[in-house]
Amino acid sequence: MTTTTETRPAVSDERPGLIHATPVRHPWRWVAIAVIVVLALMFLNMLIFNPAFNWPFVLQAMIQSPVIEGFWKGTILVTILAMIFGVTLGVILAVMRLSDNPILRGVSWLYTWFFRAIPRYVLLVIMGQLGLLFAEGIALGVPFDWKFIEWFGLSGDWRIGPFDANAIFVGLAGGVIGLAASEAAYMAEIARAGILSVDRGQMEAAQALGMSRGKAMRRIVLPQAMRVIVPPTGNETIAMLKDTSLLIGIPVGTELFFQLQAIGNRTFQIFPILVAATIYYLIASSVLMVGQAYLERRFGRGFGAAVSAEKDEAAKGLAIGAAK
Amino acid sequence: MTATATESDNLVRAVNVTKAFGSHEVLKGIDLDVDAKQVVCLLGPSGSGKTTFLRLINQMETLTGGRIWVGGELVGIEERKGKLHVRKDKDIARQRSRIGMVFQRFNLFPHMTAIENVMEAPVKVKRLPKDQIKKEALELLDMVGLGERANFYPSQLSGGQQQRVAIARALAMKPELLLFDEPTSALDPELVGEVLGVMRNLANEGTTMIVVTHEMGFAREVADRVVFMDQGVVVEEGAPNEVLLNPKEERTKSFLRRVKQQAEAEAAHDEELIQTLEVIGD
Ligand SMILES: Nc1ncnc2c1ncn2[C@@H]1O[C@H](COP(=O)(O)OP(=O)(O)OP(=O)(O)O)[C@@H](O)[C@H]1O
Ligand SMILES: [Mg+2]
Repeated sequence: MTTTTETRPAVSDERPGLIHATPVRHPWRWVAIAVIVVLALMFLNMLIFNPAFNWPFVLQAMIQSPVIEGFWKGTILVTILAMIFGVTLGVILAVMRLSDNPILRGVSWLYTWFFRAIPRYVLLVIMGQLGLLFAEGIALGVPFDWKFIEWFGLSGDWRIGPFDANAIFVGLAGGVIGLAASEAAYMAEIARAGILSVDRGQMEAAQALGMSRGKAMRRIVLPQAMRVIVPPTGNETIAMLKDTSLLIGIPVGTELFFQLQAIGNRTFQIFPILVAATIYYLIASSVLMVGQAYLERRFGRGFGAAVSAEKDEAAKGLAIGAAK
Repeated sequence: MTATATESDNLVRAVNVTKAFGSHEVLKGIDLDVDAKQVVCLLGPSGSGKTTFLRLINQMETLTGGRIWVGGELVGIEERKGKLHVRKDKDIARQRSRIGMVFQRFNLFPHMTAIENVMEAPVKVKRLPKDQIKKEALELLDMVGLGERANFYPSQLSGGQQQRVAIARALAMKPELLLFDEPTSALDPELVGEVLGVMRNLANEGTTMIVVTHEMGFAREVADRVVFMDQGVVVEEGAPNEVLLNPKEERTKSFLRRVKQQAEAEAAHDEELIQTLEVIGD
């Protein structure tokens, strides 16, 4: 308690005006900044003057055409396709898991159990070897047709095909299938959490209007669930981006990291190659983060924060209403 | 009255309706008829089964026993060759689309604007052309006094406004019957009036309604018939003035006494407030 200087509000005609108070000082912040600056300078020094980095070589490696092709096809395209199929299948699995039909629930559970258990690398190696199971190729037609044909004393077959199994399971297509299959198992859990986060009254209100369960799910529940689904899906996408480096398990060589490593092995410039790969992955995941931010705004419509987005008609309406 | 009377003039006919959740018997034989253009208010203490009964009419729960007809059609089940069959989902959806429901907690679709909420079912269920529906939706929003707020999201509307949008949304399907489950209980007192006003207008236009409510004034003024339920049975029903002013059953009397006491306590509080304000005002 101070003694004299602190006074009670003076009885005066003067009313308090604008405040010009000295802000609280943060001396330790300046210390922290100094430390960080020194560390950053040391790091920069290493980047520039340590010969192991060999920047010209990094750039050279990054613009080799097999590297660029590997980046677009094996890394970007496979990420996008695997996520599209994985998310779609994952949402379907989640809806199955939450249905009243015990068979659908069981199938969904079994799928998740199986594909979550297998490491992605192992799964991709298995994909590459699946051709062995279908040495004669894969055909579409009546199951067990040879039995029926035998019973009826006929000849020939009831199929179209066969298609070469290796064309399906090996190569980039196999990579997409394997990664999507694995992703779906994780997405199923994420989507399930999203669906469960939507109030039950939403489904009831939709059904009370005469919507079928499926339509209510698509039009009412899933769009709201997306709010909860999108952020972890962003994580999954970035994880997928990195997991495309496992494609070599199939084996697929049209992929960023494999191509860069090939250069490194040939030239013994190991470290610059790793730097080049890091830069590529940093760029790609930054682009994905922008996409995620867009999706979060898109599905946040009507939910607080996003409502005040400038371009939002309704927000403008509200502002006008408030101004009146 | 027998359960074999499949056709009837009543818009809603419930005969010996029972509902059990597991071993817990919630409704124990409810009979209720509602004629077209009638307004019936359901009253009763908490847990008496009012919500459950409304949900049965709209098939959000399945009947344990008894029968309900809406518009002469058995709800949830159908008779073929003398045997009862559960109706297909599609058929149930069709039956539901003829009944509008308004919930205590509004249940507007938060990711859609007011007008999108109203248009959703006519466009996606009835598959009517969008511009025609848009016009009708705007008219409905005007009717509930919210034409100006058509492009607002539910989160930008007050509770009373949200509930009025919900009423417009239910009306957009042109239902033969409207069900209200305590439509004003989640509202601040000063917002109750605007929702009851909309409902009063609907009643005057001849909309058939079943309303679960604790608003005695509304029941007395608007209802053609008041039904008092307790512990899963209809204790007493009749004209509002009979049931509310001259109840015959002891349970009705004690319920109304409790409601009255509560109202008096509130009135006393209001009185106090008025006096305080008067003192300040002088
Ligand atoms: N899904 C359910 N599972 C089990 N019990 C339920 C279920 N729904 C309702 N009940 C029970 O049924 C009884 C009647 O509930 P209901 O909601 O119909 O009462 P109410 O008359 O609407 O009450 P209130 O005025 O509080 O809304 C309650 O005892 C409740 O616990
Ligand atoms: Mg209730």
